[in-house]
Amino acid sequence: MSIQVRHVTKRFAQFTALDDVSVDIPTGSLTALLGPSGSGKSTLLRVIAGLDSADAGTVSIEGSDATHLPPQRREVGFVFQHYAPFKHMTVYDNIAFGLTVRKAGKAETKSKVNELLELVHLEKFQTRYPAQLSGGQRQRMALARALAVEPRVLLLDEPFGALDAQVRKELRTWLRRLHDEMHVTTVIVTHDQEEAMEVADKIVVLYDGRVQQVGHPHDVYEHPANEWVMSFLGPVTHFGSLLVRPHDLDLAHEPSDGALPATVVRVTRLGFQTVVDLDLQGGPIYAQLAREATDRLTLEPGTLVYVSHARGDVLPAAPAAAADSLL
Amino acid sequence: MASASGIGGSDGTVQVCGDRRPVARYGLRFVALGYLLVLLAAPVAMVFYRAFQHGLGPIWSALTTSEARSAIEVTLIVAISAVVLNTIFGVGTALLLVRRRFPGRHLLDVLVDIPQAVSPIVVGLALILVYGKFGFFGSWIERNGIKLIFSLPGMVLATAFVSLPLVVRSVAPVLAELGDEQEQAARTLGASSWQTFRRITLPSIRDALAYGVVLSLARSLGEYGAVTVVSGHVLGKTLTLTLFIDERLENFDQPAAYSAAVLLAIIAMGSLLISRRLRTRSRSVA
Repeated sequence: MSIQVRHVTKRFAQFTALDDVSVDIPTGSLTALLGPSGSGKSTLLRVIAGLDSADAGTVSIEGSDATHLPPQRREVGFVFQHYAPFKHMTVYDNIAFGLTVRKAGKAETKSKVNELLELVHLEKFQTRYPAQLSGGQRQRMALARALAVEPRVLLLDEPFGALDAQVRKELRTWLRRLHDEMHVTTVIVTHDQEEAMEVADKIVVLYDGRVQQVGHPHDVYEHPANEWVMSFLGPVTHFGSLLVRPHDLDLAHEPSDGALPATVVRVTRLGFQTVVDLDLQGGPIYAQLAREATDRLTLEPGTLVYVSHARGDVLPAAPAAAADSLL
Repeated sequence: MASASGIGGSDGTVQVCGDRRPVARYGLRFVALGYLLVLLAAPVAMVFYRAFQHGLGPIWSALTTSEARSAIEVTLIVAISAVVLNTIFGVGTALLLVRRRFPGRHLLDVLVDIPQAVSPIVVGLALILVYGKFGFFGSWIERNGIKLIFSLPGMVLATAFVSLPLVVRSVAPVLAELGDEQEQAARTLGASSWQTFRRITLPSIRDALAYGVVLSLARSLGEYGAVTVVSGHVLGKTLTLTLFIDERLENFDQPAAYSAAVLLAIIAMGSLLISRRLRTRSRSVA
């Protein structure tokens, strides 16, 4: 294990940001800390980096206890949400900073920085100042700066949060490729479940300062540990007394075992899929159907259909109001 | 000095008002300019006129007497020492106020502004009460062979006291605006506290700090009230330029008084110009 977090608790005045959190981050993995704002995910990252100190519990990095080490001795690379570029330094000096304060030789620094400039495609921008870069370029500069000191772990706090959708997608793919080439143990904090599932090999779902579930992205989505995780990771709808994914529902004109009768309220075609809003014995639910399924059935508002749960996990639904408030 | 910075704004204010009636437009300008003329321009011009009345020769000789030279020297020593003290203290206090949360922080915040509220004479008296011969620490200090009051160290203390808020108040808002993310980033990259301060914090507050230093210097050079109480007025030893002007006036040596006044005014105006330039720079950076 590269990082072991054991029973960490962190309070800010009355607010408990982390409540007895234990997490293992395997060496060479790309792990996502996923949760809504206020879930404690950023605090956990800052505790690992030593930027915040835990009130209780321990953090060890590569087998040695780091709980009381100051950030400059933890050998972690940290990329801030807003990149924290050194505004008065050029791109080159920003990336060289970690080597400069370690008093590395000039030639060594130069070759290392040039290598990183190439890696993040900023060779042509090395004499520019951060203010002269775009958001995506600043992000890559921050990443190169963190990698320059060859950290044991790379920690990224909402690294794509401040970028527009297009750049975000590109950088995500690029980061995944970079990780596959370099194998630096990486922890990424995000509130975007799609981002977590696309980039990470392992997801730690946090809510209310506690770890809700840990697992492979696919497992967490398909086999959520509780209704909160299920709701947070993807769409859910109430099927009778069950919480299900709307794409796990099938519709038919004929009754069958376990199927419940419902009336079609609205049909919305969204390209590859169709969303069907239904009235199920007084309660509204919706189903997501693939194109072929929609074409097979004739669905008009007012049509009577039978709804069945065809596949996937179900969880007993809490009262509707409580489930909504969790989101 | 402070009212001089208002000149630039008066034109613009009239425009913004948008009042087209000539009486209102010119009337307001007349009042504003007239006020400055009566209060500022006329007296300063008079001092210059009197000093330069008989050419440069008398000024030169008035400023090169041994008493005048000593006053210039004392002024520079006192002002520069006070500025150095306030620069170190000011940056430290600003960092403490902006970056740390501790009990008593609000009290410190208020205390920093006290020198601006208290009359300099009171400051001088208070220093005598604490460090004077019969003062609280004074007797102990005196027994150890150190003389604070009626000598240069006391004058440095008094001057440092009155100009204490200037560096803190110039630097603190810039530090707050800057935030601490860059400093945290430096720490995670392996920089020690000192390296972080030297390479990240200091370059970021450079212009604001320079502005505060120039303001303190101007304030220190012109200080009269607090210094007059603790100096003891030893001619050729503990007279600063301001005290020297006073002393010469009392002895009816007006040419020397005017010459010294002109010297102080020129230094003050020079630092005002520099500080205005630094202020616009520090703002444009932030």
